[in-house]
Amino acid sequence: MRPGTPAVASAAVTEPAEPPLIHASSLTKRFDDFTAVDGIDFEVRRGEAFGFLGANGAGKSSTMRMIGCVSERTDGELQVLGLDPRGHGTDIRGRIGVVPQEDNLDTELTVWDNLLIYGRYFDLPRDVIRRRAEELLEFAQLTERKHDRVDPLSGGMKRRLTIARALMNRPELILLDEPTTGLDPQARHLLWERLYQLKREGATLVLTTHYLDEAEQLCDRLVIMDRARIVAAGSPRALIDAHATREVVELRFATSDARDDAALALEQDAAGARVEALAERVLVYTDDTDHTMGRVDALITPPASVLVRRSTLEDVYLMITGRTLDE
Amino acid sequence: MTATDRPERRSPHVPATAGRITPIGLLGRRPVAIIERNFLAYRRMWALFLTGFLEPLLYLGSIGVGVGALVGGVQLASGHTVPYEVFVAPGLFAVAAMNGAIMDTTFGFFVKFKYGKTYDAMLSTPLGVADVAIGEVTWAVLRGAVYALAFLVAMVAFGLVESWWAVLALPIAMLIAYAFAGAGLAASTFMRSFVDFDFISLALVPLFLFSATFFPLERYPEWLAAVVRITPLYQGVSLTRAVVLGDLHWGLLAPVTYLVVMGTVGLRIAARRLGTLLQP
Amino acid sequence: MTATRSGVLRVVEREAQIFKSLWRGPVILSFITPVMFLAGMGVGLGGMVDDGTGGSGAGASDLGGLDYLSFVTPGLLVASAMQVAAGESLWPVMAGKKWMRTYHAMVATPLDARHVFGGLIVWSGVRAAMSGAAFLLVAAILGGVPSPWAPLALLASVGCAMAVSSLVATFAVGQESDQSFAVLMRIGIIPLFLFSGTFFPVEQLPDAVEPFAAVSPLWHAAELARGATTGHIEALEVLLHSLALVGFFVVGWWWGTRRFTRELQT
Ligand SMILES: Nc1ncnc2c1ncn2[C@@H]1O[C@H](COP(=O)(O)OP(=O)(O)OP(=O)(O)O)[C@@H](O)[C@H]1O
Ligand SMILES: [Mg+2]
Repeated sequence: MRPGTPAVASAAVTEPAEPPLIHASSLTKRFDDFTAVDGIDFEVRRGEAFGFLGANGAGKSSTMRMIGCVSERTDGELQVLGLDPRGHGTDIRGRIGVVPQEDNLDTELTVWDNLLIYGRYFDLPRDVIRRRAEELLEFAQLTERKHDRVDPLSGGMKRRLTIARALMNRPELILLDEPTTGLDPQARHLLWERLYQLKREGATLVLTTHYLDEAEQLCDRLVIMDRARIVAAGSPRALIDAHATREVVELRFATSDARDDAALALEQDAAGARVEALAERVLVYTDDTDHTMGRVDALITPPASVLVRRSTLEDVYLMITGRTLDE
Repeated sequence: MTATDRPERRSPHVPATAGRITPIGLLGRRPVAIIERNFLAYRRMWALFLTGFLEPLLYLGSIGVGVGALVGGVQLASGHTVPYEVFVAPGLFAVAAMNGAIMDTTFGFFVKFKYGKTYDAMLSTPLGVADVAIGEVTWAVLRGAVYALAFLVAMVAFGLVESWWAVLALPIAMLIAYAFAGAGLAASTFMRSFVDFDFISLALVPLFLFSATFFPLERYPEWLAAVVRITPLYQGVSLTRAVVLGDLHWGLLAPVTYLVVMGTVGLRIAARRLGTLLQP
Repeated sequence: MTATRSGVLRVVEREAQIFKSLWRGPVILSFITPVMFLAGMGVGLGGMVDDGTGGSGAGASDLGGLDYLSFVTPGLLVASAMQVAAGESLWPVMAGKKWMRTYHAMVATPLDARHVFGGLIVWSGVRAAMSGAAFLLVAAILGGVPSPWAPLALLASVGCAMAVSSLVATFAVGQESDQSFAVLMRIGIIPLFLFSGTFFPVEQLPDAVEPFAAVSPLWHAAELARGATTGHIEALEVLLHSLALVGFFVVGWWWGTRRFTRELQT
């Protein structure tokens, strides 16, 4: 096993009962000589919400596409619903629901016809399709837009319709690639609401995201991907406990010189467990906030603003990769 | 817990059937669903569908009747002379079938492929790339056949059909449509942008004009006639002309084979290319 | 007025810029297509017309003494101008208005909707002149241009392009999608192309239909162009046909400026 690649799979061994819904080991995807996914291991269990977190180009979508059986793995093992995508792609795709990163609704059709024809792709009988489509329109709050074309719908509506569409075949497993990217906060919360609902009803969710708050909210377990590899894995809480300090002090400065001087001084003073100078702020990771604040008060140029907060996944990410997600 | 007392399916390592690995999504279950999809889409774009067969009909009026009046009669290879519009109609019938087949497999395909990502959505369901290719080609054959039928009705109405063998024109139209749909779809998978479609037009215009559509092969210089004989639309034109004028012979099996091979090769290339493009 | 003129030039400049970067496809098409028609219809089919293999046709006499190639050359010249103009005034307009919203970017500068519209029309004329000149040269080599006045036919070509462009762009800018464009081509442009005295004299049309040629800009342009390439036309005819083309353009301009302004600046 590669150093820095925690054994997610081995954690699952202690778990008895059901076999995992997805099992991947040394899963690899290469495009010519570029490696997009580099020997990752993970398992997804029935009924959980599992997240892939990582910056642009980390390999999240490539992984999702292999799970969704639209991209053949180059190497390693992959099983989805107990089947190998090689040779069973059609069967697997019949039992999963896919929400791709970019909406690919059929713009030549209406909202209703989109659901209808998607059901036909799964060879469902028409009366079943009609019943489910009505329900799902309700679920997606699009009943009034039933006969409208897809084009003029807002981004949030399109996203909800894409999710509704993915549920037409009552999937056991739902793959959501950045389900909320590009949505306003209200639309995001509405979508989260819908995803909780699905989970309560017993669906297994696999999702990717750039948003750490989203991962914290939705995921039971997650892996952090960086440059085609998994660099950390576990529940959001466990990751924060393992990789971050209790609290973070965020300092902003008027000038970049002041920022650099302060970062240096705090580092030398051992103001916290770790000092990180970012583009526009300085972060001090600490388990002893009083001590840290004392050091901050002693700075020659005082910061323009000070914020003390609990650690988040974002900090975990920064600790592990040395970069922020939103760069 | 040990590895041995786990149920078999815990690790259902599926061995690839010896020597044969089915790619991830070549053949699924339902190319028919793609035809349904196009039907649904055109329900709201009916004018676009219905006007599709007008062009050859208008040519029949302008060139066949209008210019035909200046031409008079055409002497066929078989020796007898027919009015010009009788000569030109079978050619335009073949064009109608070709047009119907080309519309959704070239430009229409590309819009959905590139901008709508429609096929990505299809492939995340049990459908596979071969379903997509077969479905689109079948749809195109149907569209070509509908246009050809409409044109045939017009021909009968204008009294331009000389033989009962003309009922065979319909299966011939489907052959023509199949050949051009397969080839068109295959070509479209190599297009990088809309600009590239100019090259398809650039190929279609000479086929339209120089497949013995408007004047018989005897009028071409020897070398050009030889070239025309091996071009695809000429096969369709000569087949149609033979059945409409009741001039059947075994030699017609050659163009039939030509069109079947052309469609099938195109279809296979298209399916393979779609796999490369959509399932990288 | 000077402001308007330089604004229009800005827009034409942009079109030319785009054209230069992808000239191959459009140039090849707008030049080769009519040349292929000339070879197929003028030479190939024309050979059959001139041979006058009998039937009802009396051959050359119906064409005012012209051989078929000379008859069809001016028709194809202006018809291809119309095709180019229609093509330039449909999809690019939808791209400017909606797909890429370049028109909205333009009217956010000192340019206004009239410049956008005017630039488009002028550009159609430029395109028609360019491909028309090349076409005439080929036709002359093939022997389809008997008169030295032929270059004047390019004026008819440009006039036709600008009139068609003003009307078609006015239609296009009012649409919300390009669905109707193919339909317009099929029920508008292609019938004009085939029945405006391009391939056979309009006198051959049924008597009830013949007067409708007067509402085809292409017929007026074809008559003018034929006058130039053959050298046979009355001064009065020149005047009337030219006035007709100007009339189409004025209607298109009047209506189009309103529509462009409404679409882009409200
Ligand atoms: N079809 C392809 N051909 C070549 N390279 C590809 C292809 N698809 C993805 N890649 C490359 O693989 C890498 C991982 O891409 P992927 O889409 O999986 O990233 P991601 O984590 O989903 O990123 P994002 O957050 O931007 O969606 C990228 O560098 C990308 O350029
Ligand atoms: Mg992605």
